[in-house]
This record gives sequence, structure tokens and C-alpha cells, in this order.
Amino acid sequence: MADRLLEIDGLSKRYGQTVALRQMSFDVRAGELFGFVGSNGAGKTTAMRIALGVLAADEGTVRWAGEPVTLDTRRHIGYMPEERGLYPKMKVGEQLTYLARLHGMSAAAARTSVATWTERLGVAHRSDDEVQKLSLGNQQRVQLAAALVHDPQILVLDEPFSGLDPVAVDVMSEVLREKAATGVPVVFSSHQLDLVERLCDRVGIVRSGQMVACGSVDELRAGGAVRVIVEAPDAPPGWAGQIPGVKVLTQQGNRTELELGDDADDQKVLATALATGPVHEFARRRPSLTELFRNVVTQGENR
Amino acid sequence: MNVWGAIRLVAGREISTKLRSKAYLISTLVLVIAFVAFAVIMKLVGGSTATTVGLTPANAALAAPLQASAKTVGATIETRQVPDDATARSDVSGGSLDAALTGDGTRVQVVVKKDLDDNLRSALNVVAGQLALNQQITGLGGNPAQVDAAVAQAGIDVQPLEQPHQYNGQQLALGIIAGVLIYLSLLLNGQGVAQGVVEEKTSRVVELLLATIRPWQLLAGKVLGIGAVGLLQMAVIGVVGIVAGLATGVLTISVSAAAGTVIWLIVWYLLGFLMYSIVFAGLGALVSRQEEVSGAVGPALMLVIAGYVIGISVLPSDPGSRLVEILSVIPVFSPTIMPMRLAMGSVPAWEAGLSVLLVVLLIPALVWLSARIYRNAVLRTGAKVRLRDALTAA
Repeated sequence: MADRLLEIDGLSKRYGQTVALRQMSFDVRAGELFGFVGSNGAGKTTAMRIALGVLAADEGTVRWAGEPVTLDTRRHIGYMPEERGLYPKMKVGEQLTYLARLHGMSAAAARTSVATWTERLGVAHRSDDEVQKLSLGNQQRVQLAAALVHDPQILVLDEPFSGLDPVAVDVMSEVLREKAATGVPVVFSSHQLDLVERLCDRVGIVRSGQMVACGSVDELRAGGAVRVIVEAPDAPPGWAGQIPGVKVLTQQGNRTELELGDDADDQKVLATALATGPVHEFARRRPSLTELFRNVVTQGENR
Repeated sequence: MNVWGAIRLVAGREISTKLRSKAYLISTLVLVIAFVAFAVIMKLVGGSTATTVGLTPANAALAAPLQASAKTVGATIETRQVPDDATARSDVSGGSLDAALTGDGTRVQVVVKKDLDDNLRSALNVVAGQLALNQQITGLGGNPAQVDAAVAQAGIDVQPLEQPHQYNGQQLALGIIAGVLIYLSLLLNGQGVAQGVVEEKTSRVVELLLATIRPWQLLAGKVLGIGAVGLLQMAVIGVVGIVAGLATGVLTISVSAAAGTVIWLIVWYLLGFLMYSIVFAGLGALVSRQEEVSGAVGPALMLVIAGYVIGISVLPSDPGSRLVEILSVIPVFSPTIMPMRLAMGSVPAWEAGLSVLLVVLLIPALVWLSARIYRNAVLRTGAKVRLRDALTAA
């Protein structure tokens, strides 16, 4: 299992004067769900297109199990492009069978697999309808089926959750987890950071074509300062301002949010709070991925 | 899966989609009906070209000279005896006779319903002149039969230095039909390729496809698939048209000559289609919307139209035209003009061979060029990609 590693190594790509990717590197391990986040235009789609061989990189390589990815390897990748694409006038079933066969499946195996996946994704009853007659949500499900139908060994999905209803989001999450559990590396991009935080084993944050943070959400948090929420109804404004190493972020009503520097002592903070009267809540607050993301992205802009 | 497996799959999809498309079935049906109807109409029109002339007993002797003079002006005349002037008049007004010669036979008196057919008028004028001449010869004591024989023997002796090719009307018609078929086929199927390319680009499915197969495989599969379907259409129309022509008797050339025409038609369709569809595919990849297809393929289409228009407007009146002869060997025009000339006959073997050779040599160059344009432009959606950018980008 350990050798089934998808490595993105030092990818660079320019479009004329615009730099789309700058030495981007990361890897996705077997059985891992990797979330790929970044602002619009940060280079996520470009990186995925290069991994699929749809675009050529100026520099760098994409490796699978230690070998550079070739056309043969790509047949084992399940891909969902950001720009959804299916033949609008082709029937769902025929279309999926065709795509499965292009990926090298036999006609019989393709039909069986199409039946399985359309059933699983809840579009089996639309198999004989033209794609253009389906609702956008159902087209999206067919698109996912197109990425899964050839039993891929790698999954690369660009914004798989955009445009899905909550039920479909659950189905999609479950399918991705399931594929990962069979040892398939899954990499997907998304702007729904809460979802990425919940679902992914590791996250990569991209800014201006570079990977600026990469690791599990906990690892990403580790670098940041500790935040504490204190609920002390009788505390006067500015009660915590004098404690060494503590920065008051907000004080609204009874609640005060503090950021503790390296030299701060949380026990000292608690004692100071208790000195003002009762304390109903004293909690360390873990920054969400959204906050981490915002930090990373704004840091870059200030630089 | 090997290289050909992918191309076969792509071509198979094109064929099955196209064969089930209403537009394709209807256009084939309409063309087949048009060709059968053409043969039937030609038959009906052709059947009524003979003119029937009634002769009263007093004019019976004019039958032979009338037939003879009709032959010299190229008209077919049938003669029929009618008992008397009254019957002749009623038959003419009833329509069973086109004209009747009445009177005492010393001068030509014609009864017609409204006006006299021009060919018949010329023939009768000759007869009338002869009649007057014979009367004068008899009056002078001569023998009209001897004079006639002497006149008939007098003639001019032509010695051509070069043997000109005899184009008959059938071959001209066949040539024109061949030209129309090739032209329609290039127009319909060539544009079909461009539209197919744009459809994949518009629907963005091309990105999914290119993640699996190479651009040239997709292009080749598409061209071969649509080409095969177009060939089928052409063969059906050509065979039905020729069978209808032979069955109705409109087409009187030999079956082997007809088969030769169909075979040349297929060869030139294949060459022309390959050449133009590859260019159309490359140009189609430059745009992202169906409305822009005709604008993008326009320049190439103009060449198809120009060849066709020149061929169809010059060849029927001047089959040996030097200009057309030269154009028919130049690759961009040969697919439309050469099949017309071949159907008309009289193309020297070296010209036929050279024109095929030039197209065959040009095709690989066009494949290379179009594949380059296609590869560079097909993923760039939005505004039209400039040709120069598509050619220069890596």
C-alpha cells in the first residue's frame, strides 16, 4: 500500500506573463483523502489538469508509485473536471459505458459497472434519458459516476461538491471515504472548508500557485497561537489587558476572546478572571480551517 | 487498450450517434427521393419528345422527305395516316396529333392546335422548299429523283487533325450529378466534423476525453466515424440513383461505365473528405460556440464552394476547358472538380493519377497542422482562439 503514492513534484506552469504554478509539490498517500484549498485562481485546477495530462507542465513531474505518470497510468485515474462535461445529447447509460470503455474496460464489465454506479448514486432510473434532460444535481451525480465507473486507482476531483444538495453531499462524502478505505488516494478541491475539515485526512492550502501549508488540520493548527474564550459576567472591560503575553481579540458582553502568546500562562489568565467574579466558561478554542485559511491567505497578501 | 482500440471506440460512437440522428436519416431520405424523382421526371419529359404528324392521303408521299429532313435538324417525328382533312383537324384539336398536313399535296399546309414546334417548322420548311424545287424540275422536264440523289451525294469531307472527345449528354449529366453529390457530402459531413469538435468543446466533455486518449486519436476517430457514415450515405444515394436511372431507361450508358463513376465518386469523396474534414476539425477547435462554427470554417469552405461553382458553371458548356483542366489537378479544387471531369470521361490517365497523388501527399501535412491547432486550441474555451496563437503555442 505504501508505494501507492501520488506525488506532485515541483510543478511550474506559466501562461504568457501569468504564473499559474510555482514549484508546487505535495503528495497524496494511499487511502488518504486530501483536500486541496485555495482562492480562485490560486492554481488548483491547473495542477489537477497537469496531473491528468490534459495540460503540459513547464517543469516538474507527477509520479504514481514512484514512476512518472503516463497515458496508461491515467486510464486508472478517476477525474472530475471543474468544468463539468458530458455529451448533452447522449443517454446516461450509453455515455458512462462509452467512458468506461475508453478507460480500457471490456464492454460487459463496463455495463455491469455502469449499472452498479448509477444505482449507487441514485440515477439508475434515468439511464435511458439524455444527459441534458437531467437536473443539474443529477448531472453532477452522473459526472461523479463518470469518474468512478472504470474502477479507478486514483481519484482527482475538481470541486466535486459544488452544486450538490445536502443529500448528494452526504452520498458523495460517503463514496469518497469508501474509495479511500480501499487504498485509493483521493484528492479533491473545494471551497467548502467546513466539509474539507470534516472529511479530509490532510489539507493543502495553495496561494498564487504555491503550496503554502500542507498537513492534517491539527498540524496546521499547531503553528498558530492558542486562543481562549472566557465567560465572566462581572469582568470589567480590559480586565485581561495587563496579563503578560496575552492579547485581547474581542470582548463582547460577557465573553472575551484572548490570544495567548508563547510566554503566556493560561492558569494566570484563569486566576485573573476568577478574581473578577464567577467564570462560566473557560475554553481553549481551536481555530477552524476557515480561520487558518484566511490567515494563510492574508499573510501572503500583506507580504 | 491499444491506439486503434481508442480510435475505434471514438469512431463507433460517432457512427452510432449519427445513424440515429434524425437530421442524417432525413437528409439521406430526401436525397434518395430527389434522385429517384429526377430519373422519373427525366423519363416522363424524355418520353414526349417525339412529335406525331398526321398525313392525309394526298400528302402521304411527303412522309419520307419529312422524316429525312427531321433527322437533319435533330428532331424525332412519327407519321401517321389519317383518312381525310376533317379527321386530321379533329385529331389535332383532340391532342392525339401534334400537327397534320392537309390540302392537295402540292404545297405544305399544316394544321396545329396553337403554334408550330420550332423543330417541326424547320423540317417542314425544308420539305416545302423541296416540294417547290421538284415541281420546277418536273416543269423543266427533269427527273426530280435524279436531282435528289445527286444532291444527297454532295457533301463536305472533314479531316480533323486531332480527334476531339465526343461528350454525350448522359455523361455530362452524370458529371454534374457526381459534382453535386461530392459537394453536398463535403458540405454536410465536413461541417459535421467541425460541429462535433465544437460540441465536445462547448460541453467540456473534451477535457474528460483528453484525460484518457490523445488529441490525435480523438480527432482521427471523429473524422473516420463521420467519414464512414457519410460514405454510406453517398453509396446509398449513388447506387439508388444509378439503379433508378438504368431501370427507367433514362441512363443508357453501360453498367460498367456507371460503376466506374460510382467508384471514382467514392475515391474522390474519401480523398476530399479526409482533406477538408481534417482542416475543418482544426478550424472548428478555435471556437467555443456552435454559432461561430461557420465563421471559423468559412475560408476552407469557400474553396469547396469555389471549386464546385467553377466546375458546374464551366464544364456543361465547355467540357474541355483549359482552366478547369488545370484547376482539377490542384489539390484544393480537385475533390470537387475532378470527379465531374471523370464522370464526363476523357480525363487523361496521368491527370487523374497526378491529382490523386497530390491530395494524398497533402493530407499528412494537413493532419500535422490541424492536430497542432486542435491540441493547442481545444481546451481554450471562451473567445475565439487566434489561428496564429494556436499554431505557435507549445
